[in-house]
Amino acid sequence: MEVVYITIGVSIVVAVFFFIIFIKSVKSGQYEDMYTPSIRMLFDDELVTTKEKDKKEKSTK
Amino acid sequence: MTLNNCYHCGIDCGRTPIEFNDKYFCCNGCKTVYEILNVNELTCYYDLETSPGTIPKDIKGKYNYLDNKDIIEKLLEFNDTETSVVEFYIPSIHCSSCIWVLENLSKLNEGVTTSMVNFPKKLLRITFKNKRTNLKELVELITSIGYEPYISLEDADSKNKNVDKTLIYQVSIAAFAFGNIMLLSFPEYFEVDEFWLEKYKHLFRLLMFTMAIPVVFYSAKDYFISAYKGLRHKLLNIDVPIALGISVLFIRSTIEILLDIGSGFFDSLAGLIFFLLLGKFFQQKTYNFLSFERDYKSYFPIAVTLILNNKETSVQVKDIKKGDRLLIRNEELIPVDGILINGNAAIDYSFVTGESIPVMKQSGDKLFAGGKQTSGAIEMEVISSISQSYLTQLWSNDIFNKSEDFTIKNITDRISKYFTVAILLIAMFAGVFWYFYNASMAFNVVTAVLIIACPCALALSAPFAFGNILRIFGYKKFYLKNAETIENISKVDTIIFDKTGTITSNNKTNIDYKGTELTNEEKTGLKSVLRASNHPLSRSLYELINEDAIAEKPSEFKEILGKGIVATINDMNFKLGSSSFVEAKTINANETSIYIKINDEYKGFYIFKNSYREGLKEVFNKLSKHYKLIILSGDNEGEQPYLEKLLPANIQYQFNQKPENKLEFIKNLQEKGERVMMIGDGLNDAGALAQSNVGISISEDVNVFSPACDAILDAKLFNKLPKFLTLSNKTIKIIKASFVLSLCYNVIGMYFALNGLLTPVVAAILMPLSSISIVVFVTILTNWVSKKI
Repeated sequence: MEVVYITIGVSIVVAVFFFIIFIKSVKSGQYEDMYTPSIRMLFDDELVTTKEKDKKEKSTK
Repeated sequence: MTLNNCYHCGIDCGRTPIEFNDKYFCCNGCKTVYEILNVNELTCYYDLETSPGTIPKDIKGKYNYLDNKDIIEKLLEFNDTETSVVEFYIPSIHCSSCIWVLENLSKLNEGVTTSMVNFPKKLLRITFKNKRTNLKELVELITSIGYEPYISLEDADSKNKNVDKTLIYQVSIAAFAFGNIMLLSFPEYFEVDEFWLEKYKHLFRLLMFTMAIPVVFYSAKDYFISAYKGLRHKLLNIDVPIALGISVLFIRSTIEILLDIGSGFFDSLAGLIFFLLLGKFFQQKTYNFLSFERDYKSYFPIAVTLILNNKETSVQVKDIKKGDRLLIRNEELIPVDGILINGNAAIDYSFVTGESIPVMKQSGDKLFAGGKQTSGAIEMEVISSISQSYLTQLWSNDIFNKSEDFTIKNITDRISKYFTVAILLIAMFAGVFWYFYNASMAFNVVTAVLIIACPCALALSAPFAFGNILRIFGYKKFYLKNAETIENISKVDTIIFDKTGTITSNNKTNIDYKGTELTNEEKTGLKSVLRASNHPLSRSLYELINEDAIAEKPSEFKEILGKGIVATINDMNFKLGSSSFVEAKTINANETSIYIKINDEYKGFYIFKNSYREGLKEVFNKLSKHYKLIILSGDNEGEQPYLEKLLPANIQYQFNQKPENKLEFIKNLQEKGERVMMIGDGLNDAGALAQSNVGISISEDVNVFSPACDAILDAKLFNKLPKFLTLSNKTIKIIKASFVLSLCYNVIGMYFALNGLLTPVVAAILMPLSSISIVVFVTILTNWVSKKI
């Protein structure tokens, strides 16, 4: 049963690892704006189409 | 989308829409924005939302000061030889189209590398190559598409205000430790003597102890600090019993594991601190996009145009000296008191007084800081520095500099005074009793009493109730600065209203005609004449007259500044303007009027009356039953008879009150022991709002203008004011009820403690149970009472 020392050790290391990642992401401001990215994500399509248009126009020219 | 609504901004186009590309626009501004976006293939803007735009403002020359190096330096967040970063606050950001177009700025200006919107805070951050473009170009670009940034003195003074994230770290550490300690302590809950458990329990206890250390010394440190501060001021605030409970829990648990007596209460300890911090976190909800602490600095421009040796230069407002000559352009704010030298001055003092009809001034007249020029450019000479102007002097009053003194402010702290004394007495008597009865149990019982009495549930009910109500109020567009405001509202017994802009509305002006009825032909003529005039009163009147204007232009048209108009159209000779100009008898000097003469025959006059907010009568009727009401106005008493007729009888009226008078008036009432709520809007109410126990500012647009206050109410919801007040009172009642409930839990816990039966498992069940049930109780009740709004 000495394996308990290892399992507990590993689980705590994993937990602390995620905890540190969480603190880091808070620090970097990831949670400051929770709304805009959800909208921005939906725009990517429009961006692509307009860019393609640009390309097409350039190629036709 | 109907034909008559502007494709860009959605406003009714009126009778003469501008047509372009088969689309209708209400004005040239909107059309220009469409053209810009159309040329750059950004018309997707209009597909994302219908009519998402805002009308762009005419800003010619307004941002010239952005050429000034010092100002640029202050506004930029980051700057090196290649790239610069700037962040703007843009009040008009309101929909997904806004995000889209602003994040595609790089298509409109080559120099822009990236632009990013923070929607909840209405911020736009632009990274640009400073060799290819500059700040002024960028500002003019985003203004030209209808997103004028809001640049103020305050921005220039303080940049990079970092948000305090300590509480988030504290909560997350407590949550992390709480979860892990719970798992580690679980095996020992059942007190079984099992071989493997015996073997590993020392490891488990050591881990629990290790994880509890940061929780006690980092996460809970604010409770110790606050308790210490409270004791030093001889106050028993709620943090005293909490700090006592935490330290007793920690010390007893540490002793238990050191002496191998038991597993300690580390799980309850971490849980307690986690719940307490969660409550704090919930209450800390603030409306980041609103500022409750604005002073005149956030209204005033950063820079003005100084005329020196016939040359225009931009200087920062704080560098203006007495005797300087300033050029104030259209739509610019007058930053200091001065004398008008030349130009056509029509000053809109609505920031100051709430009165939106511009006042005409002639050269030699005194201009006061805070007014906004509305027709063309003027030149003025400065007679006092910015801090000594009539309006800004108000901010030198002590009320704006008072430091927060340490007193018992909230409802929880008031009750904790008795609570702390009571548990200390109980602990003492229990200790004495057990010392004689069974001395070995005395330490156990005393610590158990202090642990179980730790007022977790008590401390949680107010934060959760207030936090929830704050959220509900915010959702209904009544924004409170903090939770204490709710308590203060419930104590108010006198409500003072400002008149102009508060109980009257800014936009709609009531226009009455008195005199000989005009024929349709005369009305048509009048409207056609008015069309040629840019004076704000002419424009209001133009909107009022229903006849269609004829296309023909007046054959003769002369507008005399500050007096009126002479015009001829279709052989009709019009003379409009002030009574002296038209040579008519002044009927009522207190009211704004346009007198009309047609073909040298006096016809009558139009009176411009303030229109009162919807539901005003009902609001006053309801409030007058519970509160003393006072109307405190900077205006003359011209409207008093009308108000007396409209409103209930027991209202006091105070007219001709200067900003300082308003402040003094409230101070006097407070000295008589009254608790005053001030409801105002303009900067002239700022002193009164700060002095009052609760200052509520009424705002047509909550994002833009409101003086320092405790709460901001959307002007459209003025009629709901009594309901908001009732709801605040009910919240206090709910909190009191939850106090009773949490005391019941304490009595149950006390039973276990006094009998020496408090085991870790009992504590681990009782503490979260009481906390969670209190939170559920207040949340459900507050939601239920607020359903009626």
